[in-house]
Order: sequence, then structure tokens, then C-alpha cells
Amino acid sequence: MSDAPKPLPTSLAANPRLSRWLRFTPQGQVVVSPGKVEIGQGILTALAQIAADELDVEPARVAVRAVATPDSPDEGVTSGSLSVQNSGVALRHACAEARGIFLQVAAQSSGVALDALRVEDGEFLGPQGRVGSYWELADRDLLDCDATPGSRAKPPAARRVAGRSAPRLDLPDKVFGRPRFLHDQRPDGLLHARVIRPPARGARLLEAPASALPPGVTLARDGSFLAVLAESEHLAETAARKLEAACRWQEADTLPEEAQLAEWLRAAPDPMETIAERQDAAGDVAQHAEAGFFRPPIAHASIGPSCAVARWDGERVEIWSHTQGPYNLRMDLAKALRMAEEAILVRHVEGAGCYGHNGADDVALDAALAARAAPGRPVRMLWTRAQELGWSPFSSAMLVEVSAGLDASGGIAEFAVEVTSNGHSSRPGRGSLPTLLAAPDLADPFPQPPAINHGLQRGGGAQRNAVPIYRVPKLRVALKTVTAMPLRTSAMRGLGAPVNVWAIESVMDQLAAMAGADPLEFRLRHLDDARAAEVLRVAAEMAGWRGRARAEGVGMGMAVARYKNLGAWCAVVAEIEAAEVIRARRIWIAADMGEVVNPDGAANQLEGSAIHATSQALKEAVRFDRRNVTSDSWESYPILRFSEVPAVQVKLVERPELPPLGAGEPAFGPTVAAIANAIRDSLGVQPRVMPFTPENLATAPAV
Amino acid sequence: MVSFTLNGAPVALDLPEGMPLLAALREGAGLSGPRFGCGAETCGACHVLVDGRSTPSCAMPLGAVAGRDVTTVEGLGSEAAPHPLQAAFLAEQAGQCGYCLSGILVSAAALLAANPRPDEAAVKQALDPHLCRCGSHNRIVRAVLRAASQMAGEHA
Repeated sequence: MSDAPKPLPTSLAANPRLSRWLRFTPQGQVVVSPGKVEIGQGILTALAQIAADELDVEPARVAVRAVATPDSPDEGVTSGSLSVQNSGVALRHACAEARGIFLQVAAQSSGVALDALRVEDGEFLGPQGRVGSYWELADRDLLDCDATPGSRAKPPAARRVAGRSAPRLDLPDKVFGRPRFLHDQRPDGLLHARVIRPPARGARLLEAPASALPPGVTLARDGSFLAVLAESEHLAETAARKLEAACRWQEADTLPEEAQLAEWLRAAPDPMETIAERQDAAGDVAQHAEAGFFRPPIAHASIGPSCAVARWDGERVEIWSHTQGPYNLRMDLAKALRMAEEAILVRHVEGAGCYGHNGADDVALDAALAARAAPGRPVRMLWTRAQELGWSPFSSAMLVEVSAGLDASGGIAEFAVEVTSNGHSSRPGRGSLPTLLAAPDLADPFPQPPAINHGLQRGGGAQRNAVPIYRVPKLRVALKTVTAMPLRTSAMRGLGAPVNVWAIESVMDQLAAMAGADPLEFRLRHLDDARAAEVLRVAAEMAGWRGRARAEGVGMGMAVARYKNLGAWCAVVAEIEAAEVIRARRIWIAADMGEVVNPDGAANQLEGSAIHATSQALKEAVRFDRRNVTSDSWESYPILRFSEVPAVQVKLVERPELPPLGAGEPAFGPTVAAIANAIRDSLGVQPRVMPFTPENLATAPAV
Repeated sequence: MVSFTLNGAPVALDLPEGMPLLAALREGAGLSGPRFGCGAETCGACHVLVDGRSTPSCAMPLGAVAGRDVTTVEGLGSEAAPHPLQAAFLAEQAGQCGYCLSGILVSAAALLAANPRPDEAAVKQALDPHLCRCGSHNRIVRAVLRAASQMAGEHA
């Protein structure tokens, strides 16, 4: 082991000034200022727990400041199940160092030896009693210094707050209906705005007759971007509907045939590139399996439509947004509005649940463009339900083709995975062009950049989890990123993982059957990763896998994955009932996420993601014709309802001494895969097209 | 001018009768509990109680509640005096983003008023018009059952 001090956590190295992360108030409060945002996942609570623990203050004293440019640390985007992993670890270090700095000062001024001092709820206590507190030293600017390497954080066994379930800080507001969402903001002088989107993708606005507008409504137009502003929300809505009916557009067919989408992906001319390969010695292939899996595009389908408030003040604009990345949004707003980043202020305010790159960033540009028509007034832009379902970025359609072979002894000899998909990130702030929806519609337009897939070292995009975690002597994984992008795609919960885990785990069941082995035994036999094997055993035990009884129409399936091949380990067993439709009855989840800061919060995330995944597996598909998305209502884009949700049981394999890994996504892929395998268990067919509806199962082959 | 009872107190809103009740409650009465989700009575986020019945407010015209009794989630209880449902939702940590909760809470209140000891299936049926995207369903159902048993205990 080297004696070099442990390097700073990444987020802290990028934003080393301690005062950017936390400050104390003379009134007895700690204000922590992370760079990650609350998107429904409960991060504020987990971060407050970490701060309370390291500082030795009661959790009630900790206030978490929402991200705002330019003062908050820039932690990029709140995504990828990295909030605790990045922000939590950085904040833990910053708080531990702050505690040390304050105690040092208290020791010097009191003459009490540093190691004789302890902290109790923010008060510094020596052998003779109290010698000071954070609050008394709050005005001394002690944190105007940079963090230094070397870990000072408490050993895991000394934690009193982190590691125990804590109630969510944001929930009381939501249960009592108090204004907490961005949607609830009502600054003085507020105007309401609605945007009118084209009737077809890429359509050009020919005419927007102002004569169609009721009195008191202002029109904002920039090229084909069109919005209305009014004093009341009702008037803005009415005006938008009237104007929409009166507009003339130039439109054309730009989308592929929906029924041919898999073929369209297969035929795309982009190269298929190998991204992982292994050529170890293996036995000859005695039995061979091959299967192709297709998932249509998927919508975020948040319950609250995207919203933003913008206010221009001369050449500056202030934006309130539920973006996942305030700094990234600021970069793309600067490009699209052709202004300096410093002239844009982005403040985060919570929105409805966020499961990836949804319309939050897009609506911020819409708000800024509309607000230009009313300088000095705050303008609240709200999308309609149809716009939310029809114009937010989608998770790309995906095609995953797997071929695998068993040797004569029933061991895996080779495994190949080919992934074809659009990119899974159009996030702002990462390229030279703005990725925001309205940017190509402006009078001086920007071309729409294609979505990208990050490399595997960053967790990958479409190819996330395309590398099997099993022992495979001969391996080939390849990715074709389709750059033609008829429907705008970006990041959604799990990115490519749900489809890849489904494809791999489905073929694993197929191989197990060919080898005459139980799916659990077959997997364990090929797992060298002890933490993967452990969660699989735990999930199987929870579900009573080994002693399971066979019943007509009921099936049980399992799946396991390590999220991104870098994050948490998660195994899922699903029990389904096959009647006219497939019904998920029960789901058992075992997860190993290293240290767990808020066990109930983590369980809530795992349960929620399993239900979300069940909805996607059984019901969801973005529908479209040659011109536009047609699944723009809850009738045409149904999601799982109360009467359809499975019972969900969660067990955490806790490892407080190991780094924390995120909870929001690891169960997603395994849940889809376990449901598919349960369908195969009950019906004897291999689902190869999502969602697993009667129509799609009708073409599923018996394997 | 439309007069009705809102959360137990008389109100008179000087707004067009054809305006959606939801807009009147949020803009006119300054409430934030009832939420806009779809505008088409398909998601449940805007539900309020009208004469005790859980009703979507996003398409119903304001004029339709003249002289009637309207209760929103704010009218169920407050942090100082929470409705047993609100206390149970906190106890079960029944929510993630929370955008759907206002509508779900008023539907649950209507259910418990009509059926004080519902079983799980009855709760799910009563909440079926409500969409939740975060997947908090099971916690929500447990919270409603917890509130029911607590209310039954209090009145026993």
C-alpha cells in the first residue's frame, strides 16, 4: 500500500473551495450546497444525512440549498445513479475537513488540546465543558480555502445518521399540497406562456395569424418557434389552441414506417464497431443459440408536464428550471440564445419525477424565447400533456442480436452481442451545437446534432450492460450507433441496459435449457463475480426459487446484472401470470450497493424502478406515423396502474465499508429480463419484442 | 362571480364560469395542491372532492361548483393537524416526486369516508384513475390501509 494521501473525490477536485459546499449560520444552521439536484430520488435527504454525520450536528440543522449558477459547485448532470457516489462522497470529505478546521481554531483559542475536543450537535466540548461552536465561528470565513487530499471522514462504524433510514425532507410539502414544485411558483407580475409545436417533425411555419389571438395575448415568434403569452393561464391556453388551429405549416414525411423500425435500424449504414472482445481457449461449440430482441422508443411520461420560468432583464436572463444539469443547461442556452454564459442565471426548482433527459431543458429555452416578448416580466412556460408525451426526447428504439454457444459439457464457449441504436445522450452542454428542441426552429437555426453513446468507461449508452458479466472464453460485443435520428433520442433510466440485460439474460435461460440446467445453477456456474452471485442467491432465496411449485399459467424468471458493469449489483426474480394479458404478480429484488446512506430511500428507489420497468416491459411503446408521434395522450401511451402493479420485496446486501453506488437504475434491466424469463417459463415462448403484449407475444418463438 | 365552499370556508371567485376549476383553484384561490397533469381527466393529479366525491378539476368548469362544497388536499389537514392519511403517507414514506399525491390523497379520503375498512383490492380500485410514474404504488396502498386501521382504532 502507498502512503500517498487519498486523492480528492472527483466533484471536490473540480470544485475545491470548501465554502462552495457548506457554510454555517450564526443562527445554528448548516447550509450545504451540493451540485446535484432533487429529481424525486431523495438525494437531498441522503446528502443532509451525510453532512449531519460528519459534522456531528442534528439532521434538523442541515438545510440543503438547491443548485443555482454560478455559486453552486458544478457537478454536471444529476444522472446515472451517481448522486451519492459523486456528491455524497465529495460532501462527506468537505464536511469532515470543515469539522477539522473549526476544531483546530477552537483548540487554539481555548487552549484545549485538539484531540480532547469533541462535537455534540455543533457545540465544541472539552474536558472542562463547552469551548465554542460552529455557529459562533460562522462569520470567520474559515472555509474560504481549498479542500486538501487525505481522508478525514469518520470510519463507517462511527456513523450515526448515514446508514439508517431517514424520512424524506421533501415529502411533507408534497403531502400537504404546499407550493414546492416549479409549477407552483408565482412571482409578482407573472405571465403565462404556451408554445405551439409543429404538426409534423421538422415542419416550417408559414403563417401564424395574429388575428386569431384573443385580446390581451402577446405572440412570440422566432422562425418556426411560436408561443403566446397572457396574464392568465386559462387565456394562454385558449389562445394557443386558437392560434394552433389557424397556423399554416410546410410539412413532409420524415419518419420511418413504425412497423418497419427494426428493419430500419438494421439497414442503417453506420458501422458496427467491436467494443469488447476476448479470445480465450474454449471447447468446441456443441450447441448454438441465436436471438434478436427489439424494443420500440420509450417516453419519459412524467406526471407533471415540463415547465420553466424565465425573466429577461436587459441583456441578462434568469431561468428557473427542473433541469438535471443547471450548468449544462446554461451552456446550451448561451449557444441557442447567442449570448455569454455569464449573462444567464439558472436556478434549480423541483419538478415532477425525472427519469432521465426529459423536456426540462427544452422548455427552458422555450420560456426564454417567449419571455423575450415581455422584458422584465417573469414568464412561466408549461408544456401540454401532448407536448410532454410527443416532444420530450425518447429513449431510442433498440435492436440487440445475440448468438452464443455451449461446449460439450454445457459450459458457455462463446457469446456475441450486437447492439443497434440511436445515441442515448442528447444532453446539453456537451457539444458545439445546442441540443435544445427549439434550436433548429429559430429564424437563424442550428442543425440538430445526433445523440451520442458514451464509451464503456463512462458506463456506455446504447451498449450499457451489453458485456455479459458471466465467464465467457470467446466474447464479442459490438455497437452500431445510428446517426440518422428521425425521432430525437436521449438518456432515460438505464439507457441501453434494460434491453441489453433482457437480451443477455433471455439467452442465458435459453442456454441453461439447452444444457439441461436450472437457470440459477447455470448462472452461478458461470459467475466469477462474488457480489453478483451473492445477490442472485439472495433474490432466489427470497422468492423460494428452489422449491417453487409449478402452476398452470404462472411463471417465474430471474435475471442479474451489475449496473453499467461498474455500479451496483442487482438480481431480480419475477412471478407472472399469463391470462389474456401478462400480469406481473410479485417481484423480489436483492441489491448490493456498497454503503447505503438511507436504506428506506434506497428501497423506495429500487421498488419504484422495478414498477417503472414492469410498466415498460408490459405496456409501453411510442407510436408514430410518417409525420409525427401519435402516442401523445395517456390513452395512447398507457402506463402501469394501481390495479396492475406487482408486489415488490427488496433486500439490501449492505456493505457499509465499501463505496456507495446508486439505487435508481440497477433494478431496471433485471426486472425487464426477469419478467421476460417468467413469460418463457409459463408459456414456453421467448419474448423478443417489447412490450410483452398479446400481439407481440403472438410472434414469439418457442425455444 | 362564482360562490362555493372551499376547504370549509365560503369563497366567491370573480372569474369566468367556463374557466376550468383547476385553474380557478390555483390562480384564483392561490392553492397549489391540485396539480395540472393532462387537462383531459386521464391522470388524476388534479382531483379534488366535490361534495365529498373525488372529481377531476382540470376540465370541469368553475360554474359547475357554484353552491357546492370543494375540498382540496390543503383542506384535508396541515402539518400541525394532519389528516390520518397524510400522517400515514409520511409514516410509510409513500411517495417519491410527489406530484401525484394531492389527487391520490383526496381520492383515498373519499374512499375511507365511504368504506372505512377497505381491503387492498378496494384501495387499488379506488386509486386506479391515478397515475404514479415513480412507482410508489405499493407504499401508497399500505399508507391508505394504515390510515384506515388508525381511524378505525380512534373511533372504536
